[in-house]
Amino acid sequence: MDLTIFLFLLQDGLTNGAIYALLGLALVLVFSVTRVILIPQGEFVAFGGLAFALLSTGKVPSLIYVSLGTSLAALALDLWHLRGSWQGASLMRAVAWRMALPVITALATLALAGPHTLLLINALLALGMVAPLGPGIYRIAFEPLAEASVLTLLITAVGVHLALEGLGLLIFGAEGFRAPPLSSAQIAAGPLTISGQSVAIFAVTALVMLALWQVFSRTLTGKALRATAINRTGARLVGISATRAGAQAFGIAAAIGALSGVLIAPVTTLYYDTGFIIGLKGFVAAILGALTSFPLTVLAAGAVGLAESLTAFFASDFKDIVVFSLILPVLLLRSLRHARAEDEE
Amino acid sequence: MSEPILTLQNASVSYGAVEAVHGVSLSVRPGEIFTVIGANGAGKTTLLNAIMGLLPLRGTATFQGRAINDLSIEQRVAAGMALVAESRELFGAMSVLDNLRLGAWTRRGHADGDDLEAVFARFPRLKERRDQRADTMSGGERQMLAIGRALMSRPKLLMLDEPSLGLAPRIVSDIFKVIDTLRLQGTAVLLIEQNARAALAAAQHAAVMELGNFTSQGPAAVIAADPGIISSYLGLH
Repeated sequence: MDLTIFLFLLQDGLTNGAIYALLGLALVLVFSVTRVILIPQGEFVAFGGLAFALLSTGKVPSLIYVSLGTSLAALALDLWHLRGSWQGASLMRAVAWRMALPVITALATLALAGPHTLLLINALLALGMVAPLGPGIYRIAFEPLAEASVLTLLITAVGVHLALEGLGLLIFGAEGFRAPPLSSAQIAAGPLTISGQSVAIFAVTALVMLALWQVFSRTLTGKALRATAINRTGARLVGISATRAGAQAFGIAAAIGALSGVLIAPVTTLYYDTGFIIGLKGFVAAILGALTSFPLTVLAAGAVGLAESLTAFFASDFKDIVVFSLILPVLLLRSLRHARAEDEE
Repeated sequence: MSEPILTLQNASVSYGAVEAVHGVSLSVRPGEIFTVIGANGAGKTTLLNAIMGLLPLRGTATFQGRAINDLSIEQRVAAGMALVAESRELFGAMSVLDNLRLGAWTRRGHADGDDLEAVFARFPRLKERRDQRADTMSGGERQMLAIGRALMSRPKLLMLDEPSLGLAPRIVSDIFKVIDTLRLQGTAVLLIEQNARAALAAAQHAAVMELGNFTSQGPAAVIAADPGIISSYLGLH
C-alpha cells in the first residue's frame, strides 16, 4: 500500500465516519432521552436517500403519503387522548404541530418535483418527508410504552424496523437508486484527489454538529432535552413533558437520518434495506461512546469509518465483521466493570 | 382560617399489587406547614410522590378545589405544585444557573430574572456557585439548589421529602428557616421528615404515619406532647 492509496482510504474512511458520527449522535440522543435503541434509524437513512434519488429523476416519491398517513394516525391518537377537553386553541395547536410539516412538504413536492428541480430543494423535500416520521412513530409505537423496560422498547424498535423495511420495499421497490452528487467538483491536493461530495459531507456534518451543540448549550428547549437525558425524574418534577422531549428527540433523529441518506445517496447505491447496516455502524459508534457521550461517539465513529475502509482494502469480505467486532472488547470491558448484570438502567 | 389548598380524602397508593398507603386524608392550608412523620418505610415518600403524580393515586385529591387525579405532572407544576424529592433529582452535569432556569420551565417565555434574584437572596451560596456544575456541590448546597429550583416555578404548595437527610445540623437549621419564611409569605408546605423533633417544632399541623396509615393527626404542638409519640419518635430526655 503506497501513500496515495492510504490517503484515499483515509478520505474514504473519514467520510463514512462522518456519516456514522451523525447517526451515532442521533442514537445517543434518542436513547438518553427515551431509553429506546433506535434500530429504525437505518430506515430514515434509506428513505431520505431514496426519496432524494427519486426526486432527482423528477418523480414524486409516494413517501409523502406515508408521511401524511403516519402523522394523521399520530394526530388521531393525540385527539383521542385529549377527548373531553377539546378546545379551539389547543385543537388547532395539536393539528398544526402534527400536520404542518408533512402537508407543506407534500404540497411543495407535488408542485415542485421535476427533472430540473434544484438539488437543494430536493434535499429539503426529502428531509421534510422523513422528519415527521420520527415524532409520528414515537407517538404510535413508543409513547404508550414510556414506562416499559429497555428490553421491551428494544423489541418494539426491532418491530418498527421490520415494518418500515417492508414499507420501504412497497414504496421504493427492490431496485437500487443513486442520486447525482451535490457537488461534482474534484479538488487536487498533492497526491490526493478530494471529491466535492466528500467536502460536502464533511461540511454538512460539521454544521449539524455545531447546530446541535448550540441548541443544547444555548437554548432553554435544548437544555430541557439535555435535562431529560441527564435525569428523567428531575425533568418531570420541573414540568418538562417526557413525551414532548421524546417526540423532539425522534424528530431530530429522523431528520439526521434523512440528511445522512441525502449525503450518501450520490456515493452509494441505496436499496430499501441498505439503511439497516449503515445504521448499525452508527450504533457501533454509539456503543463505543457508551450510549451517553456525544464527543466519544464522534471519535468512535471516525475509528469505525477508518477500520471499515482499511479492512475493505485488505480483506473486503470481512469489513463488516471487523467493524461489528469492535464492540466486543467494549462490551467485555463494561460487563467486567459492572460485575453484576444490570437488566435495567 | 383560610381554605385548604390541598385536600386528600381516603387516598391510597399501590405499587403494582402491593398497597403502600391505605386511605389517608389530610388538608394543607396556605401559610401552614403540615408535616408527616414516621419511620422508614411507613409510606411517606410514596404518598408525596403520588400527590405529585409520579405514582397513581386512588381516592379524592384536590388542589385549589380542582380534582388532580387525571392531571399530568407538568399540569400539576403549572398549577402551582412542586416536589423537592429526597434524592433531589438535580441535573448533575449542568450548572447551578441552568438547573434554576429549568425550574421555571412551566413559565418559559416569561422573564425569570426576579425569581432568580429571589432564590439567590434566600440562598446566597447558590449565587456564588451559579456557574458550577450541580454534581460538584456539597450535600447542603445541593439541597438548597433543589429547593431553589422548586421555587423557580412559583409554587403555592411546596412538598419537601426529608430535606434534612444527611445534612449538618447548622445547615438543617438554615433550611428550616427558609421553609418557615416561605410559609410566612403564604406558601403551603407539606413536609416529610424522619427528624421528627425539627419537623414538629416547625410545623403547625402534623400526622404520624405507620405502615401506610395515619395513626394520629392534629396540631403539631398536641402531637409533640403526646407521650406515645414522644417515646416512639422523639426519644426520652
